[in-house]
Parts: sequence; C-alpha cells; structure tokens
Amino acid sequence: MQYEAGKISAKKKHREPLLRIAKRDSMPLLLSWGIRIIAVLLSLVVCAVVIYAITRMNPLKVYGAMFEGAFGSERKIWITIRDTVSLLCIGVALAPAFKMRFWNIGAEGQVLVGGIATAACMIYLGDVLPTPALFLVMIITSCLAGALWGVIPAVFKSRWGTNETLFTLMMNYVAIQITSYCVALWENPPGSNYVGIIHPQTKAGWFPSLFGQQYMLNVILVLALAVGMFIYLRSTKHGYEISVVGQSESTARYAGINVGKVFVRTMLISGAVAGLTGFIAVSGSSHTISVNTAGGRGFTAIIVAWMAKFNTMTMIIISLLLIFLEKGANEIASQFNLNDFASQIITGIILFFIIGSEFFINYQMIWRGKNKEVA
Amino acid sequence: MLTSILSLIQAAVVFGTVIMLGCIGEILSEKSGSLNLGVPGIMYIGAIAALVGVFFYEGAAENPSPLLCVVIALACGFCASFAAGLLFSFLTITLRANQNVTGLTLTIFGSGIANFFGGSLNKLAGGVGQISVSVTSDAFRTKIPELSDIPVIGPLLFQYGFMVYFAVIAAILLQFFLSKTSTGLNLRAVGENPEAADAAGIHVIRYKYLATCIGAGITGLGGVYYVMDYIKGTWANDGSIEKLGWLAVALVIFTTWKPKNGIWGAYVFGLLYWAYYYIPGLNRSSQEIFKMLPYIVTIIVLVVVSFRNKKENLGPAHLGRSYFREER
Repeated sequence: MQYEAGKISAKKKHREPLLRIAKRDSMPLLLSWGIRIIAVLLSLVVCAVVIYAITRMNPLKVYGAMFEGAFGSERKIWITIRDTVSLLCIGVALAPAFKMRFWNIGAEGQVLVGGIATAACMIYLGDVLPTPALFLVMIITSCLAGALWGVIPAVFKSRWGTNETLFTLMMNYVAIQITSYCVALWENPPGSNYVGIIHPQTKAGWFPSLFGQQYMLNVILVLALAVGMFIYLRSTKHGYEISVVGQSESTARYAGINVGKVFVRTMLISGAVAGLTGFIAVSGSSHTISVNTAGGRGFTAIIVAWMAKFNTMTMIIISLLLIFLEKGANEIASQFNLNDFASQIITGIILFFIIGSEFFINYQMIWRGKNKEVA
Repeated sequence: MLTSILSLIQAAVVFGTVIMLGCIGEILSEKSGSLNLGVPGIMYIGAIAALVGVFFYEGAAENPSPLLCVVIALACGFCASFAAGLLFSFLTITLRANQNVTGLTLTIFGSGIANFFGGSLNKLAGGVGQISVSVTSDAFRTKIPELSDIPVIGPLLFQYGFMVYFAVIAAILLQFFLSKTSTGLNLRAVGENPEAADAAGIHVIRYKYLATCIGAGITGLGGVYYVMDYIKGTWANDGSIEKLGWLAVALVIFTTWKPKNGIWGAYVFGLLYWAYYYIPGLNRSSQEIFKMLPYIVTIIVLVVVSFRNKKENLGPAHLGRSYFREER
C-alpha cells in the first residue's frame, strides 16, 4: 500500500502544472485592442453593479446621464474638449520621460510652476506689454519654469543616481506651496485667498477666440504638440536615443550614448511641455491660478502616458475616455444628488481593469494538455 | 514659552504617528520589492472603513462599549486596507502590472471611495452636516491616567492615545522581525534578489503577497488613527490624508528603509510640518513657504543618501519590478 502511494506521488511530480504562463512574442494590433475594449466593457459592468448597489438606480439610465453630462450641449462638448486637451498635453509632456523609463511623477508641479509664471506675467506685464510680446514672454517663462522643475531631479539622477520617482514627487509639493504663497500674495479681493479672474475687463493675456470658439487655440496648440512629439520620438536621433535608454541603460552605454545627457535633455523637454500646459491652463482656460490649476491631472496623465505605450496619438483616445468619465460622473452626481467623488471610484475601477488586461496582451496562458498542440 | 514648546511637540507626535504607521507598513511592503504608491489611497480606505463601521455600531447600540468601538474600528480599518493591498498584489504580482501605475490608480480609487462615502455619511448624519463618532474617538484619545498629570513629563510622554505607543512598538517589532528573524531575512532576500531567493526554496510569491497585504493593513491603521484621533472622529473632504500619505512614502526614504529610524523620523517630520504655526511674526503668505520644510528635507535626504552611495542605505535592489520566474 505504502509503495503504491509513493508511486502515485512520484508520478504526480512529473505531471505538468495545470496552467503555465509564457511571454508572448507579439500580438496583432487588432487583437490587443480587442482585449482592451473587452476589459473596458467588463469594467463598465462592474461599475454598473457598484452604481446599482449604492444608488438602486438603473445603471443604463446612469450611463445615459453620463453621456448627457459630457456631450449634452455644445458648451458641455467644448468643456470636455478643453479638459481632454489639457490632460493630453500633460501626457505628451510625460511621453519622452516615461519612454526612457524616467519616472517623472512631478508633472503636477511642473504644470503649476508653468501656471505661476504665466499668471505672474499676466499680472505684472499685462498692462505694460503689447499682446504679441506678452504672449512671447508668457510662453518663454512658463517653458523655462517647467523645464527647471523637470531638470533638477534629472541632473541629480544623471550625476548621482538619485531616485527620480520620489524626487519628482516631492517637487510637486514644493510647487504647491509656492503656489499657495503666490495666491496669498496676489489675492483679489484681499483676504479672500483666491486670485480671482485676472484682467476680466481688458482680457490682457487671454487666448483669443478662433473661428468663434473660445478654446479652439488650446486644441490647435496641443494637437500640434502631440504631433510634434510623435515625430520627435519616432523619427529623430534624440527619439531613438530615448528608446534605447528606456530599453536598457547598459546597452545604451555600450552603444556610446551619454545616458546622463539624454536624461537631462529629455527632462528639459518634458518639463518645458508640462510648463506649457500650465500656460494653456491659465491663459487659455481658467484665467486664474490656484493650487487646483493642475487638479490632479499630473497624476492621471501618468496613467494616460503609460497605457498609450508613450504613443501620443493613442493618448488622445485615452484622455477622452478619462475626461468623459469625469464629466459624466459629475453629471450623475449633480442629477442624482450624490457627491462627485463617484467619478474617481468609476475611473479607478475602469483603470484597474485596463491595467489588468495588459497581462493577457503580454502573456499567454497554456493549460495542461494543450501543450502538444502548441509545440 | 514652555507651553508652546510642549504643544508643538504634542502636535508633532500626533502628526508623526499617522505617518509612522503609514511608513512602517510601506517599509514592509517595499522590503518584498513592492513599491506601493497607493499609500494615500490605502490610508483613505482604512480611515473610511473604520469610520463607517463605528458609525453604524454607535448608531445601533444603545450604550456603545468603548472597547468594542476600538476593536471594530481597528478591525474594519485593517481588513479594508488589507483588501486594498490584495488588489494591488493581484495586479502587480500575479498579473505583473506596473507597480507605479497600479499604485497611483489605487490612490485615485481609494480617495474616491473614502470621500464619496465620507460625504454621504455627513449627509446621512444630517443636521450640521458633520458626522461624529464621539464614543470611539474618546476611547482612542484616552490618556494614561495619573502618569499624564505629572508636570512637563506628563504632557510630553503620557498625554496621548494608545495608538501612539502602539505605533512605536510596531516599528520596533518590525525592525526586530526584519533584522533578527529568519523569516525576515527571507523577506529581504525576496526584495533584493528574487531569483536567488526562489532558487533557495523561498516561496517568493507567497512572501510578496503577505508582505504587501499586511503592510497595507498597517498603513491603513495610520488612516484609522488619523480619523479617530487627529481629527477627532469626524470626516472632511479636504484631501489632507492624501498629503499625509505621500509624506509617509517620503518618510520611507528618509528612514533608509529602517523602521527604527521611522520612530524619530516621523516626529521630526511632525515638528517640521507644524513649525510654521509656532514661529512668531509670520504672515499668511510666508507661512506657506515654511510648510515646504518637510518636502525640502526629504529631497535633501534623498540627495545625501545618493551621494554617499552606501548600499545599505539604498532601497531593496529589486524594488519596483515584478518577478517572473520564466524570464531570464
């Protein structure tokens, strides 16, 4: 009897596992997007269950209301577009940094300092300079401010290997405190702790309307940046160096690429574009500055950039999806008397599903018994 | 003068306890190689779970027992944050998702859940629009009798709720676990070099799961302490937990991944955080500049640690990467 048992267990040891996981070489583009879409649909089902559990409302009605909230009127459509390009612009800023595996979590701060620079120009120079010169100064200062904020961690990373994830994260809070300082400095009316709309009468330093649309210039600027970054990453020598550094730092070193220089140069660009986002946010949409000018988008954009695999064109779709969710959930919140943090719950659930779906794109599962067919 | 110094130290200790719990939970998780940037989200989840649990118990029971209140708060907070850690572990360890992205998503999700239910509770409570779980909060804030009446030493050492002492003990225990026990050694091996650990017969996946989930649970207790003691059993949708959560992540670097340094490090952060309040002659705008101190100090520590480039001061070698046995 004992002998038998021993035999069985010995036999068992040689049985292959029920499930093996192997890396996929590649997957057709269509299939990988199919998997992502299935993940989003599944997540919407889960969200529907959650919505029903909390509110006892018909989830389909809720989704209808969300659509209404994002695209219900021309004004709502333009606000959705404005916020989409603002998120997209930060994603574009992060793309080169993340492509070289430089974890720039500091976009929030880079956007804020760009916004502060813009607001300072509007306040101090708005009545002094003619409009074209004012815009030039605003663009230059916001780019410089953002680039400075981005390059400090990069310099330390390239010289001494300082951890950039936490450095950039801390720079956010320094930027937030500087913003609070400036808000207290510029508050209007005094004692309100708000800067208020800058130059509401003269509109000095405001984006002009194009084709009768207030936010058209934002869209054109950001799309130009997205296309430019797409070309920069795909077809230039710099872009190539970035992708080599991202694949493997040691390979890059053997190939004679100065890794530190690439870090610094790329973060200058990344920070400058993020600073420009601050310029667009202040001059092109809110016309004021507060600690909420970046509004957490610096963090959301990390997810956008990463999910789009640093492809700035794909980012357009993902930014639109996230902003649609945000606007939609805000609409539900006001229509059904919930609070608007519901949008963060829904966004979180959908993101978890998309993050999880990457596994099924990168890996294949081989069940026991199927081995022969595969081999 | 003496009273204001004493009250600064008291504020620093109470503040420090929140981030100390967050920090030692995160150290446990990072030692296994999981860089969990979901700390703020997990603290949010722990806080709201405790608040909801106690809110319904205090509402249902006629004479809520303080002891049961504390147990319910701690259990709810720990379990909910443990579950959040499980979600993070499943995505990053089993599905091998990127840890930074998953952690940030967890932060968005956690703050959404907490503020959603917190706001709803405030509505449920009606009236002034502010909920309050006074029995539990009082239980959490009970001082040590007699000892706390000693002048100077009393307020300095004994006028805190039990969680302050619990956090210190937890930090010491974790330090002992990591440096003196064989399980702790195995855990560090998993974080430094999972391939070698795997070859040595250590169950890498199990270690990573347990360390990340228990770490998340401890982090969540920081949230419980925040809501029960720091803001006295109420809820405010003002995003301050998020700030504290990121400070806890910063504190992990500050301590160079050693829980024992977390004890004084957390109080130093507390002193730096509240310093602006006690420096005379600051107006509102210059106070904002002083509030930068903890972040600047963290940056300086980060830079100094990388200058010295000592191996034991850097984080676990495999931090932030997922382990895939078949990948060589």
